[in-house]
Amino acid sequence: MQEQATYNYKVIRQFSIMTVVWGVVGMLVGVIIAAQLMFPDLTHGISWLSYGRLRPLHTNAVIFAFGGSALFATSYYVVQRTCHARLFSDGLAAFTFWGWQAVIVLAAITLPLGITTSKEYAELEWPIDVLITLVWVAYAVVFFGTIVKRKVAHIYVANWFFGAFILTVALLHVVNSAAIPVTFWKSYSAYAGVQDAMVQWWYGHNAVGFFLTAGFLGMMYYFVPKQAGRPVYSYRLSVVHFWALIFTYMWAGPHHLHYTALPDWTQSLGMVFSLVLLAPSWGGMINGVMTLSGAWYKLRTDPILKFLVVSLSFYGMSTFEGPMMSIKTVNSLSHYTDWTIGHVHSGALGWVAFISVGSLYYLIPRLFGRTEMYSVRAITAHFWIATIGVVLYIAAMWIAGVMQGLMWRAVNPDGTLTYTFVESVKATYPFYAIRLLGGLMFFAGMLIMVWNVWKTVVGAKAADAAIPAPVAAHA
Amino acid sequence: MSDFTHDFWSWYVAVITVVSIIACAVLLKAMSTRKLAPDQKVETMGHVWDEDLAEYNNPLPNWWRWLFYITIWFALIYLVLYPGLGRFGGTLDWSSTGQYEKEMARAEDRFGPLYARYAAMDITAVAADPQAREMGQRLFLNHCAQCHASDARGSRGFPNLADGDWLWGGDPQAIKTSIANGRAGVMPPMGGALGGEGTKDVAHYVMSLSGKTHDTLRAARGQELFATNCAVCHGADGKGNPSLGAPDLTDDIWLHGRGQSAIIEAITQGRQNAMPAWGQFLSEDKVHLLAAYVWGLSNK
Repeated sequence: MQEQATYNYKVIRQFSIMTVVWGVVGMLVGVIIAAQLMFPDLTHGISWLSYGRLRPLHTNAVIFAFGGSALFATSYYVVQRTCHARLFSDGLAAFTFWGWQAVIVLAAITLPLGITTSKEYAELEWPIDVLITLVWVAYAVVFFGTIVKRKVAHIYVANWFFGAFILTVALLHVVNSAAIPVTFWKSYSAYAGVQDAMVQWWYGHNAVGFFLTAGFLGMMYYFVPKQAGRPVYSYRLSVVHFWALIFTYMWAGPHHLHYTALPDWTQSLGMVFSLVLLAPSWGGMINGVMTLSGAWYKLRTDPILKFLVVSLSFYGMSTFEGPMMSIKTVNSLSHYTDWTIGHVHSGALGWVAFISVGSLYYLIPRLFGRTEMYSVRAITAHFWIATIGVVLYIAAMWIAGVMQGLMWRAVNPDGTLTYTFVESVKATYPFYAIRLLGGLMFFAGMLIMVWNVWKTVVGAKAADAAIPAPVAAHA
Repeated sequence: MSDFTHDFWSWYVAVITVVSIIACAVLLKAMSTRKLAPDQKVETMGHVWDEDLAEYNNPLPNWWRWLFYITIWFALIYLVLYPGLGRFGGTLDWSSTGQYEKEMARAEDRFGPLYARYAAMDITAVAADPQAREMGQRLFLNHCAQCHASDARGSRGFPNLADGDWLWGGDPQAIKTSIANGRAGVMPPMGGALGGEGTKDVAHYVMSLSGKTHDTLRAARGQELFATNCAVCHGADGKGNPSLGAPDLTDDIWLHGRGQSAIIEAITQGRQNAMPAWGQFLSEDKVHLLAAYVWGLSNK
């Protein structure tokens, strides 16, 4: 019994390394499509390298391959460490790793071939959807099985968020992907017309809310207090913002369908709940940032903490921006413009990627029996180049988006539009260039990370930590 | 509103919505505590995970609580004013359809007279008016340039409107009808009727009509086939028929591409082309102005 009492780090090592790999792949595809917007003939009209095929590949790769692997890695680490228990089943955990990688590889093959359901962020066809479902059920069994096995009475806050993320993503995926298969690679959605649009954006916005928010808040609640060496600021705040967040997110989807065929009452509900969502979202930011009180000086020297704290700033910024954009008057200007792209990337790069990268820099040395990354200076370099990259990216898209919105609604004294659509495209070129530069810088940061991870991992001995007894005061 | 099949669903939405918003407030109220006294030290919850993870239990920040309450109040007030609670349309009686109609009516009030000025004028006279041409060009750039290009010279499949060549006639009334009602150009596929060799023969005859290099033997055979199969639309002389939209084959203007292979493709598979009907979207006065602008492009 005694020699068995270790944590399962193997699956975490696998997911951690693949997070870095898929991060590079997904962001490279992002850089390519950003370049295609500047140089439309970049890929010489090759169909499987066209913008329309690569764009879903980019979103799937960064959200589900990079973000998903990061969530698997950190949730498996956090749930074991905070439950003082080994994963519920090593076999099922291994299945989630290989199953998830299979999903990603299948996505990378089918999407460029043009095999798609055409539902945003749910493009994968039904056989892959079935595989996702199997992997996800296994994930839930491993995660909640480990919670059941826990040696401490209280479930740590990070696990609430991971748990909510796992349960809700299962629900979202199954409902939105419901379809009638026609052939092996072709199906039709179970919903039609505006109902299909509503189900899609109920899914789409909660993919943001649960996959890209709740899951990463789970990450935040472990790695921020650990790296800062300080207790979480407020248990009470975490209770309120957890319940309010997971409850309110569910309603926000219709704000993606303002001024469409969606009934007015549905649009209103989407808007008001998006606004109610502001405070619960900020609760997470406050709890993370205030955890640093008494440890602010560490921020000067610790680039991992820099990543974590800046991610919270971007989280706060984009969760303020989101409710504002859901107000119909604002939305009538921002919708369909690059402002939306800027908003998404302030969340995806600034929040999701930063918190993942910070957590991985904490995690990877510990998984490979080292005390810190090979080069701390390289982490600092990564931090700065990535920060400047994000700022360039989102500032360019904000300006471009507001400009497009204003150009589209400008009218001449005779009521005709002042600008044709193509004039707004032409005016966007300089901002496409700045965005490409920002994206390249962010990508360059990921390459620095690859080098640093390689140097840390190579020759290291993969070591599974022993499970310490829970602190006595608690038991 | 007809969004609900039964009253039950209207109440279902309304009740759940109100209860949900109030539940947020109740949760917030229940978790609110007194501020810490200045000399009071914050305690941890007493739980420890993973060797050193612990939680303080600071009170909720006041500004954050107020932010939360304000959004909750905003939500409730908004749902009184605007549609949201099931069938209840809100006290402002606002709807997106109503807003659209109001804005369109306002635009009509403001801009309508500008266009009405030209409506009574003859199209040729409108085309001579510099201000009308300017307005016509803006309309053209907004609605027509996507297909016919901003210089109106079109591209493959989209007719050039500036070259004086017309499929459906180039007099002012014909142009106006094309814009208002749209046009559906159909050439039936003739590959089956003519066969492979026959198609080639006809193609050579068609090339001969516009003085292209061609095989004279084939063209001679093709001439007979043309007379029995094609002349009914394109005319015995191949000069087309504007009442059918059948193009003139003698003028060396090719909508779907020039050369033997394009002609053979057209004969074999036929062609279908559509110009949408703008009369359902633009007012009659605007169509009048647009027709004048388009007519003026080739009648300067």
